Amino acid sequence: MTNLTATVADPAASDAPVIAYPTPLLRIDGVTKKFGAHSAVNDLSLDIKAGEFFALLGPSGCGKTTLLRMLAGFEAPDTGKIELNGEDIAAVLPHQRPVNMMFQNYALFPHLNVRDNIGFGLKSAGLTRLGIDTRVAEMVALVKLQGLEKRRPDQLSGGQKQRVALARALARHPQLLLLDEPLAALDKKLREETQVELMALQRQLGTTFVIVTHDQEEAMTMADRIGVMNEGRLQQVATPRQLYEAPASRWIAEFVGDINIIEGGITHRDSHRLTIAGRDVGTLFAIEPRQPVGDAVICVAIRPEKIRLSRRGPATDLINSGAMNSLEGVISDVGYLGGRSLYKVKLDRGATLRVALANTARLDVDAYSIGERVAAWFAPDDCVVLVQ
Amino acid sequence: MSRNRIFTAPARLAAIPPYVWMVLFFLVPFGFVLKISLSQTAIAQPPYLPVFGLSEGTDGLKASFTALSLDNFRLLVSDNLYLASYLRSVLVAVVSTLILLAVGYPIAYGMARLPRRWQGVAMMLVIVPFWTSFLIRIYAWINILQHDGLLNKVLLALHIVSMPVVWLSTDSAMYLGIVYSYLPFMILPLYATLAKQDPSLIEAAADLGVSRIDAFWLVTVPLSLRGVGAGALLCFIPIMGEFVIPDLLAGSNSLMIGQTLWLEFFTNKDWPVASATAIVLLGLLLIPLLVYDRLQRRQLEAR
Repeated sequence: MTNLTATVADPAASDAPVIAYPTPLLRIDGVTKKFGAHSAVNDLSLDIKAGEFFALLGPSGCGKTTLLRMLAGFEAPDTGKIELNGEDIAAVLPHQRPVNMMFQNYALFPHLNVRDNIGFGLKSAGLTRLGIDTRVAEMVALVKLQGLEKRRPDQLSGGQKQRVALARALARHPQLLLLDEPLAALDKKLREETQVELMALQRQLGTTFVIVTHDQEEAMTMADRIGVMNEGRLQQVATPRQLYEAPASRWIAEFVGDINIIEGGITHRDSHRLTIAGRDVGTLFAIEPRQPVGDAVICVAIRPEKIRLSRRGPATDLINSGAMNSLEGVISDVGYLGGRSLYKVKLDRGATLRVALANTARLDVDAYSIGERVAAWFAPDDCVVLVQ
Repeated sequence: MSRNRIFTAPARLAAIPPYVWMVLFFLVPFGFVLKISLSQTAIAQPPYLPVFGLSEGTDGLKASFTALSLDNFRLLVSDNLYLASYLRSVLVAVVSTLILLAVGYPIAYGMARLPRRWQGVAMMLVIVPFWTSFLIRIYAWINILQHDGLLNKVLLALHIVSMPVVWLSTDSAMYLGIVYSYLPFMILPLYATLAKQDPSLIEAAADLGVSRIDAFWLVTVPLSLRGVGAGALLCFIPIMGEFVIPDLLAGSNSLMIGQTLWLEFFTNKDWPVASATAIVLLGLLLIPLLVYDRLQRRQLEAR
């Protein structure tokens, strides 16, 4: 019940917050949904606990929206079960589910003002006129829309519409709130502010949120757990930190964040350490994953910010003892991104590594320039060994 | 300021032809009709007096102007025949428009919810009757509705009636003909507004606990009111002046204003009274137009 551990655990992810949730609010069990011959969602199982902020992350067309629409009741699963509080809700119509959805395009009623949009679902929820007025005022205050109650949707800015949609979805006090790309229509700055507000709101209300997004930064920032979907299947369910530091597969490693992938073969194993012959790289050392990789042909994944650069390599005894990987090469490209710079290092053995360094000083007379010889080095601990 | 810049010189030029068209083919003839409505009938060629002309110099022109009077309009108000005709026209137009709405809305709604590739086919089916002349289609109805027509034959064969029913020359036949003829004008604007309605609005309503039927009345109908207004106007205005359908299908005991106008013009040869009748009809038809325009303006201002 409290077993939250993701498929892969790694020393780097051990400090990830582990929160004890009660029995799952939502249990998705072996759900498949086909459109014609195409499986939008394929034998997918997932538990979501009450009070959780869960993100479904995946490229467009991966089935995440279909899954969300099945939770809302707009699509019925072909096979499998969806249980809410232990009850199968497959036969429950959308308007009878204690689930509300915030639509991607907001789906605000253009002929109704803010007040009536937010109060739309309250009459059928059995509230009196007075109850509706109180609840609407509550919701308006919650999303800070005071003074705009009489406006129609087309008199609102994008951010205001988003708030109305959120207030309307929350007004019926759903057990589960589904958010379909809720921030996709907002510009970057507003999106970041709204992310923080949504998190605070979720914590304040304690409502379970399931958000669908293709924006990994959004998922990372907001969610307690992230389910990564591809081609209708869940690839990994993990905390943001586990997902980033201990991706379960090469696909996830490449999908989430930037990463260097070095293909190679294991030439030697001793205790926890692997010696790897990397293609176009040379010998590498890496830590054996907790679930040992069976194949001899593997790939080593290393995040750009985990690699350090220097003009002289680290002490030779570090390298010889296998405590550090060091690769020699020439800077082939420099990208200045403000807070950090992205360097491309063309290794002598042929491969190219991407290295991200924080720009810690304003005047960096010592910055690396194109053509400079450098050593790129990183600890075996920072390497993730994955099946090719 | 930016608004002025949008309408550059070529754009303004493009606006001229419709105005020229309106002046030449609406305003000028309207002027003639208005003048005739202020004249007196006469056994002459043309059959009214005064006739404006410069043959008697400017004094003659002045005399012609003083000869104009509102007598014909007084007649329209004083004689119940005209009032009854106008009222019947309004009644027939209102009832027909309501029936058209009741019949057209479900059809348009169904069309808008068909799969995309079938919507075009449905649209064709609505438009195809236009390919046959309107008069021929009305005569076809006469054929169907007459004493030994198709309708009575079918009803007798099915033993629904034991004797042929009189359909022709009744109001039922007239309403049938009107609804049949004007249905596309009701369906097309309704379909246009219903088809572009965002289906996620209905999903949102369902998500918020509202049943399908309530969602229809709370979301679909209010959002289609513009189409309802357009369709109602497109039907109401021509039905008000309708002449052929009541003349061919309805009985002759009460006349619509179009029929009265025809009688005045062709049977009584009273061009001035016929013209006055037409002017008043035009004035009546401006009312729904102004109301619609005002509603639409209010909707725009609310934005």
